[in-house]
Amino acid sequence: MTLAPPQHTGGWLKLSPMNRRRLDNFRRNRRGHWSFWIFMALFVVSLGAEFVANDRPLIASYRGELLFPVLVDYPEDKFGGFEAHTDYRDPEIAGEIEAHGWMVWPPIRFANSTTKLDPPTPFPSPPTWTLTESQCRAAIVAHARGDAAKLPPGGGSCRDLEPEWLGTDADGHDVVARLIYGFRISVLFGLILAGVSSAIGIAAGAVQGYFGGWLDLTMQRLIEIWSSLPHLYILIILSAILTPGFVVLLTILLLFSWVSLVHLVRAEFLRARNFEYVNAARALGLSNAKIIFKHVLPNAMVATLTFLPFIVNSSISTLTSLDFLGLGMPPGSPSLGELLLEGKSNLSAPWLGLSAFAIVALMLSLLIFIGEAVRDAFDPRKTFT
Amino acid sequence: MTAAAPLLSVRDLSVAFRQGDETHVVVDRVSFTLERGQALALVGESGSGKSVTAQSIVKLLPYPAASHPSGEVLFKGRDVLTMSDAELRAMRGAGVTMVFQEPMTSLNPLHTIERQVGEIIALHGGRAASTRDRVVALLTEVGLADPASRLGAYPHQLSGGQRQRVMIAMALANRPDLFIADEPTTALDVTVQAQILALLKDLQAKLGMALLFITHDLGIVRRIASDVAVMQKGRIVEAGKTADVFANPRHSYTKMLLAAEPKGEAPASDWAAKPILEAKDVRVWFPIRHGFMRRTVGHVKAVDGVSLTVREGQTVGVVGESGSGKTTLGLAILRLIRSRGTIAYCGRGLSGLTVKQMRPFRRDMQIVFQDPFGSLSPRLSVAEIVEEGLIAQKTRLNAAERREAVARALADTGVDPASMDRYPHEFSGGQRQRIAIARAMALYPKFVVLDEPTSALDMSVQAQIVDLLRDLQKRRALAYLFISHDLKVVRALASEIVVMRRGEVVESGPAREVFAAPQSDYTRALFAAAFAMEAETSGVVSQ
Repeated sequence: MTLAPPQHTGGWLKLSPMNRRRLDNFRRNRRGHWSFWIFMALFVVSLGAEFVANDRPLIASYRGELLFPVLVDYPEDKFGGFEAHTDYRDPEIAGEIEAHGWMVWPPIRFANSTTKLDPPTPFPSPPTWTLTESQCRAAIVAHARGDAAKLPPGGGSCRDLEPEWLGTDADGHDVVARLIYGFRISVLFGLILAGVSSAIGIAAGAVQGYFGGWLDLTMQRLIEIWSSLPHLYILIILSAILTPGFVVLLTILLLFSWVSLVHLVRAEFLRARNFEYVNAARALGLSNAKIIFKHVLPNAMVATLTFLPFIVNSSISTLTSLDFLGLGMPPGSPSLGELLLEGKSNLSAPWLGLSAFAIVALMLSLLIFIGEAVRDAFDPRKTFT
Repeated sequence: MTAAAPLLSVRDLSVAFRQGDETHVVVDRVSFTLERGQALALVGESGSGKSVTAQSIVKLLPYPAASHPSGEVLFKGRDVLTMSDAELRAMRGAGVTMVFQEPMTSLNPLHTIERQVGEIIALHGGRAASTRDRVVALLTEVGLADPASRLGAYPHQLSGGQRQRVMIAMALANRPDLFIADEPTTALDVTVQAQILALLKDLQAKLGMALLFITHDLGIVRRIASDVAVMQKGRIVEAGKTADVFANPRHSYTKMLLAAEPKGEAPASDWAAKPILEAKDVRVWFPIRHGFMRRTVGHVKAVDGVSLTVREGQTVGVVGESGSGKTTLGLAILRLIRSRGTIAYCGRGLSGLTVKQMRPFRRDMQIVFQDPFGSLSPRLSVAEIVEEGLIAQKTRLNAAERREAVARALADTGVDPASMDRYPHEFSGGQRQRIAIARAMALYPKFVVLDEPTSALDMSVQAQIVDLLRDLQKRRALAYLFISHDLKVVRALASEIVVMRRGEVVESGPAREVFAAPQSDYTRALFAAAFAMEAETSGVVSQ
C-alpha cells in the first residue's frame, strides 16, 4: 500500500500539522502579528520596570565596593546618612557616592511613587521640553535658594533641569514611570484574571457538558441566577467592606467573570462527547478524567484560546474603570485608571489625561488586533488569498 | 442551434482549485456528449472529480477559487462557462436541473413543501392561480403518497425517500431538457433507493429528458444508464455503452472496479463452537417525557427484546435499514449505553458492573466504528491512538515495548509501522479504517463489534477491508458482531444473520439458509432491493 508523502516536520517547535497551519495563518495576518510582537516587547519591558524607571541606581561603586541598589536595600549610614533607606536622589548622598565612586542610573530616574523634590513649576508640572528658557532659568534660580555655588555656570538653561518626559502628576510623581508600572499592573491583572477565570469556566463547562443530565440542568440554572446579579453594585458594596488591593480585586472580579466561558465550553463538550473517537476511548476502558483531558478538552481549547485576548481586554477595562471611579486599587498604586481620574480633575494639565488615554488605547487596540488574528488563525474556513 | 448539435456537449473541460499558493487540477480535459432521452452515468470513486464535473455544467462551483483552465460546456450550442449571471439563472432550474445527495439539507427546513415546489414554478414564470394544482400534479408524478395532504408538511416531517421525491418534483417542475442527479440515492436505504431509481428511470422515459447520473455504485449504473463514463483522478478513462463496458472492460481501472465487489464465503455456522457473547432479551428504551412534571408517557423502543449468541471464530451479521436499532444494539452489548436484559461474556454476566469493574472486560471486547474520519482523534498521532488501550489497560509495558506492540498491530492490519508518528489526516479513508482496526486489535480482544466498518469506504477499499477482517478472524479465532446495511458485505462475512426492523428481530438464522430462502416478506423485499435493485411495490417497505 502507498502512504501519504512525509510531511515536513521541523523547526524549533514540534507542532502538529493543524497547529502549524494555524501559526502560518496567524503570521499571515500582518497587523495581528506585529501587534503581538509590539505587545510582547512592551510587556517584557514593563515586567522589568524596576530596571527601566527607578529612583535607585542599577549599579554603584562606593569606596571600592560594588553595590546593586536596585536589588539590595542599603541603609543610608553606609554613605554617611542616618535614615533606614537610602535616598539616592538626595543631592548630599549622590554627591558622596560620586565623590568616592560612580553610579549607573536607569534611563528614567523615578519609580512610580518617587516624589519630585525640585519641580520647575508647582505640581502638576508640565513636561520639561514644553518649558521656555526663561521658565527654566527661573526654576533653577529658585532651587538654588540664593546659593551661588549651586547655580550652573552661565545661569542655567533647560538642559540643566532634570528631564521630565511627560511631566508629573498632582502628587509630584513622574508620569512616564507611572505609565510603565501601570501598564505592568494592568496587563498582569488582566492575564491572571483571564487565566484563572478561564480555568474555572472550562472546568465548570467541561463537567456540565460531559456528564449532562441533572447536573447540567442544575448548574445551568445556578449560573443564570448568578450572572443576573448586578455586578457593579456588589462590587461597590464589597469594596466598601474589604480593603481593595490587587488580590482582593482579583477575587471579587473573578466571582463574576468565570461565567463568560462556561456556555461555550459546555456546548463544545456536549458536541464532542458523542464523537466516535470518544466512544472508542470508552470502549478501550479509559477513565472519564482521561477522556476529558485527552480527547475532549483539546476541542474546547480552540474556542477558549480564540476568546482569551478579548477576556484579557475586558478584564483590563474593568480594572481601569474601577480605578477611575476610585473603587479599585488603593490610593498611590500606579494604576492607569487613577491617572485618568487625575487627568479629569486637572484639566489644565492635559499631559496627564492624554498620556494615560494614549497608553490605554494602545494596549487595548493591540490586544484586539491580536485577538482578531488568533480568531482568524483558528477559523478552519479562513483562506488567505 | 442546428438539429444535429447534441443537447449537451462537454469538450476538454478542466477544473482547477486554488488553495493558498497551490493550484490543484481536479478535472483534467474531460469530454462527453449527451442527447435528449439518453442516460449517461459518470462513475468513479470518491475524489475522482465526477461531482465537480457535474457542478461545472451548471457553473455552481465556488468561483473564483475554482477556475477552468481549458474547455467549454455547450448546452444547446451555447457555452455555459461564458454566460452572464442572468442567462445562467434562466438556464438553471428550467433548462438544466440538479438533485443532490443529501435530502436532509437540500430542502429549507423552515418552508412547507408547497411553498418550496411552488417557488420554482413561480420563478420561471408560472401563473400564481394554478400553482397549487401544479404542485399537486408534480408530487403525484413523483409518486409521493397522498400529495394533497402533504402540501403543508415541513421537510422534517418527511422521510429521506419522501424528501428526495420532493427534490425530484422541484427539479421536474419546469420540464428540464437535462436532469443531473448527483448520487441521489447514496444517503437512502436500499429499499428506498430501489424505489427512487425506478421512479427516475420511469420519468426519464416518459418526459424524454437527458439524464446525467453521478454515482460510485456500479449496480446502479447497470440499472439506470444506457451509457457510462468511468472517471479516475479527474480523467475519463473509459466510456461507452453500459452493456459493452460491463461485458468487456478495457481499462485496468474499470476492470478493478468491476472486480471490487466483496467476495469470498463466510465459514458455515457451527453450533458446537464455544459461545463468546450471549445477549438475551436486550432492550434499550428511551423515555418520551411530556408536560411540566416530565412524566414518562411512552418509550421509543430503539432495541426491543433482541437475543443473540456470538461464537468463537464466527460472525453474526446484524442487518437492517437506518433506524432499525442495529447500532444501538452494538453499543448496548458493549455496555456503552444503558440497556436491560442480560449480556454475558464467556458465561460471566456484565449487567450492573461499574465502569471500573467493566475495565478488565474492555480488553477482550472491542469496537470499530463506521466513520474512519470521526473515530480517530485528529490531534493524536497514530502511535498515540493505537497505544491508548495498552495504557488504559495497565499492561505494564514500557514505552519501547508499547511502540513494539503498536508496530505489530499496525503490521497485522496492513499499515506500514514506519508511519506511526504521523497524524490521521495524512492517511486515506481505507488506511484510517485499518488504523481503527489496529487500535481495536492491539489488545488482542476475543470479541469485536464492527459497526458498519466498510460503509464510508470506496468499493475497492471495502473489499480489502473485508479480506483483512476475515484474515484476522481466521488467525485469532475472533468472534465478530458485524453490523451493516450492506447485504453484499454481510454475505461475504457472516455465518449467522439477524435481520432487524424497528428495534425488533424480523428473522434470524444461519446466513446461508436466510439468504437462500428468506422467510418474512420484509427480508425478501430487502434482499430484492439490495441484490437486484428491484423496488417492492406491495407496501411491505415504507417510502
